Amino acid sequence: MNAQKKKKTIKTIKIDVEKCNGCRACEVICSAFHSSPKYSSNNPAKARIHVICDAVRNIYVPVYAGEYTAAECMGRDKYVIDGKEYDECAFCRASCPSRDRFKEPDTGLPLKCDMCESDPDLKEPWCVQWCLADALTYEEREVEEEEEERPEELEVGLEALIDKYGLDNIVETLARLSEAKEE
Amino acid sequence: MRYAETGYNLEVDLTKGSIEKVATDPELTELHLGGLGTNAKIIWDRVPPEVEPLSPENVLIFSSGLLCGTPAVGANRTIATTISPQTRLLAFSMMGGFWSPELKFAGYDKVIITGKSPSLVYLWINNDKVEIRDASHLHGKGALETATMIREELNEPRAQVLAIGLAGENSVYYASVEHGRSSASRGGVGAVMGSKGLKAIAVRGTKEINLARPEEFLKLCNDILDYIQVRVQNPIKGVPAILSLIGSPQEMAIHDEKWHTTSFAWGHARQRRKDFWTKERAEEWKRTQDQRVERLVSCFNCPMKCGAIISHPELPTHRYMMKCYSKLTYVMAAMADDLDFGFKIAGIAQEYGLDGYTTPQVMAFAIELYEDGILTDEDLPDFPKDNKERFYYLLHKIARREGIGDILADGVYWAARRIGKGAEAYDHNTTKKHEQMVIKLGMLNPIYYIMYATGEKMSITQIEGQMPQAPLPKDYREEFVKDWIHPPTGKEEKFKEFILKWEPRGEYAFPFWPPPDLICELVEWQEYMHYIDDCTGICAGLSSFPLKPPYHIHNLPLFISYGTGLDIDEDRLWEITHRNRNLVRAINARLGLRREDEKPPEDHWKKRFPEYEAKLLDEYYKFKGWNKEGIPTKETLEKLGLGYVAEELIERGVLTEDGDSSTPEGASAGDKSTEQ
Ligand code: SF4
Ligand code: SF4
Repeated sequence: MNAQKKKKTIKTIKIDVEKCNGCRACEVICSAFHSSPKYSSNNPAKARIHVICDAVRNIYVPVYAGEYTAAECMGRDKYVIDGKEYDECAFCRASCPSRDRFKEPDTGLPLKCDMCESDPDLKEPWCVQWCLADALTYEEREVEEEEEERPEELEVGLEALIDKYGLDNIVETLARLSEAKEE
Repeated sequence: MRYAETGYNLEVDLTKGSIEKVATDPELTELHLGGLGTNAKIIWDRVPPEVEPLSPENVLIFSSGLLCGTPAVGANRTIATTISPQTRLLAFSMMGGFWSPELKFAGYDKVIITGKSPSLVYLWINNDKVEIRDASHLHGKGALETATMIREELNEPRAQVLAIGLAGENSVYYASVEHGRSSASRGGVGAVMGSKGLKAIAVRGTKEINLARPEEFLKLCNDILDYIQVRVQNPIKGVPAILSLIGSPQEMAIHDEKWHTTSFAWGHARQRRKDFWTKERAEEWKRTQDQRVERLVSCFNCPMKCGAIISHPELPTHRYMMKCYSKLTYVMAAMADDLDFGFKIAGIAQEYGLDGYTTPQVMAFAIELYEDGILTDEDLPDFPKDNKERFYYLLHKIARREGIGDILADGVYWAARRIGKGAEAYDHNTTKKHEQMVIKLGMLNPIYYIMYATGEKMSITQIEGQMPQAPLPKDYREEFVKDWIHPPTGKEEKFKEFILKWEPRGEYAFPFWPPPDLICELVEWQEYMHYIDDCTGICAGLSSFPLKPPYHIHNLPLFISYGTGLDIDEDRLWEITHRNRNLVRAINARLGLRREDEKPPEDHWKKRFPEYEAKLLDEYYKFKGWNKEGIPTKETLEKLGLGYVAEELIERGVLTEDGDSSTPEGASAGDKSTEQ
């Protein structure tokens, strides 16, 4: 990969867990926005934000979907904050094989927060706009940094499929499908 | 494709242990929308009046609303419908939270339960996989505790659970169905669930709900969110603080309880304590509340935060979620002055799965009977001296139906009759056999008179709304009507004029003003907005209940149309609501509801006007197209496409052949005594 100096906008969503009221509006609007056509359906299981809610322990933590990883990690983490013990991997953003969080429920394809990328840009990502509790706030700042090119969504998806079914299977299926299409 | 709804119901027969996924008829959506409307249709078709409420033949429906699971803000209500063991009429109890959106994501609009399981079970709905599972290990467990245990054993933290506690298992007539954040409390829905041997329903869904016109729909949702932000910054002026905002009453956030503690009645709905709210009390209560409330919480997809996580070190579960006014119902009924008692006992009662409105009243009733010698030490062995201790004592007995608890578990109306010895005279705050709001007032309010008399929802808070409850101070009237866009088309001017003219005394004051035709319209409007919410699943706290809510009769048709793809304008929505209202009334008429049952509690107002009240009721019945007994006429029913309902009512002799008057010997609702 070729690296070069680039001006870049860092987009951050600041999460204030104290303010979260567990309404899951962020999940709703995220999944609606990412459905196609836009807003045509709603399914929080496909959201790229996931609010961990456990009222009995007073735990409310929104977590955003991060990178896809082909393998689960070697260790597991478990946090205790303010005497409250959180579930294993509770704060992990990865879409990984050890669990079904941040995967499309039917296809298993990985999901990742894209800050509601759209053309034209939204004033703020949708989850931030719909979080009237101000648990989510949006910040942008400019930085100059070496940048690596990131694989596109299709590539990440394909990679996940290859991990799941093996390269040969995917190639075969693709060949069969394109033949069928041509007929 | 079906939009907004899934188009499937889940039919569960617990006697046979069968589960079936059944496609629904889209025409029913056009006729009744969903939620309460389609529930009523099912009850009419399947539950004849001979069915005993606690028998396997009764049907228990947990329904989502038509818009639940869509991005419509606050569309999250579950509408539980069955025949109530207490009122022996239709019970339609609602709850917020997260359950019904999850049910939609699992691919169902309703769960319809019939039969009776031979042993205690729970239902686990995981998308297409649905199982009836053994619940013998959950016997006697608290409602919240049950939910936690089920989530753990299924290893599914995202499962949404509704459950009954011990009171439901023992079919206490006012047992609730609890769902952590909320509960379906009224009418004994939990008792019916318990009688079926069903402890809980857990659901997890990961499928989509589709929208017919997505872009337009989203625009409406964004408008609602924008409006909410403006509205919360602009409380209505000239009304008590608690009524100035939106959401369900913001009991968890506010500390100022002057209005409730000084205007509502304490004890067994007997006395007002006009000087209760002192500065010291205010400070002490604030300290207690701040100590107990850990976080304010919302329901699914709603920014309003009407509930709270309460922590109390003396509770076995340590934490629970409280909503609304239950922080005060126990405190006031027990004549206890400390708020902490309320936080503690409400937590215990919730685990038992008991209605937070009825339960305290029943217990206060028992204490009154004891103090007046009607109940004795024999009925109440080792009865403590202190009122708070007495409440715990009674609570434990009621949930177990133990000793006197077995009688009290039927509610004030039935208990008074079983106890006898003059106890009937103490049944002063029920309507249609159900405990009412603990308010005792001076002058008859003709609008509330009609609502209390004819309401079938048992709770005035689910009938009233959108209108100030008393005349506004002069200075605020103009400002109030200026942006009051909420009245239905064609009625704006009339309703605004009413607000402007309405005075506490004089020519434009209650009881003989406003004129009956306007009273009828105001009542119908208030009640119908609730009926619409009960179909869409939108929370009354954002719609039919508060002043100037975000949802109203002008944008609701758009939400429904853009969501479902049907073409429903204001007129059609009104017509559907007429249909649903009349169907509910017909079900209750078939169950025996008659004019003589339509009475507010006798002492609700000091100043009553029997002749005038009778005339008002006549006018209202006429306005509704009901006969002298309050039964929809054949003509009314036929106009709404409910000819089959009229036919059956005639066949059963509820309406006579000419279809507009009932048999004079029509029995009163629930006169049949219940088998214990
Ligand atoms: S929208 Fe905000 S308050 Fe609601 S769950 Fe998401 S982060 Fe929490
Ligand atoms: S207004 Fe309150 S009760 Fe209603 S949905 Fe919102 S948070 Fe729940």
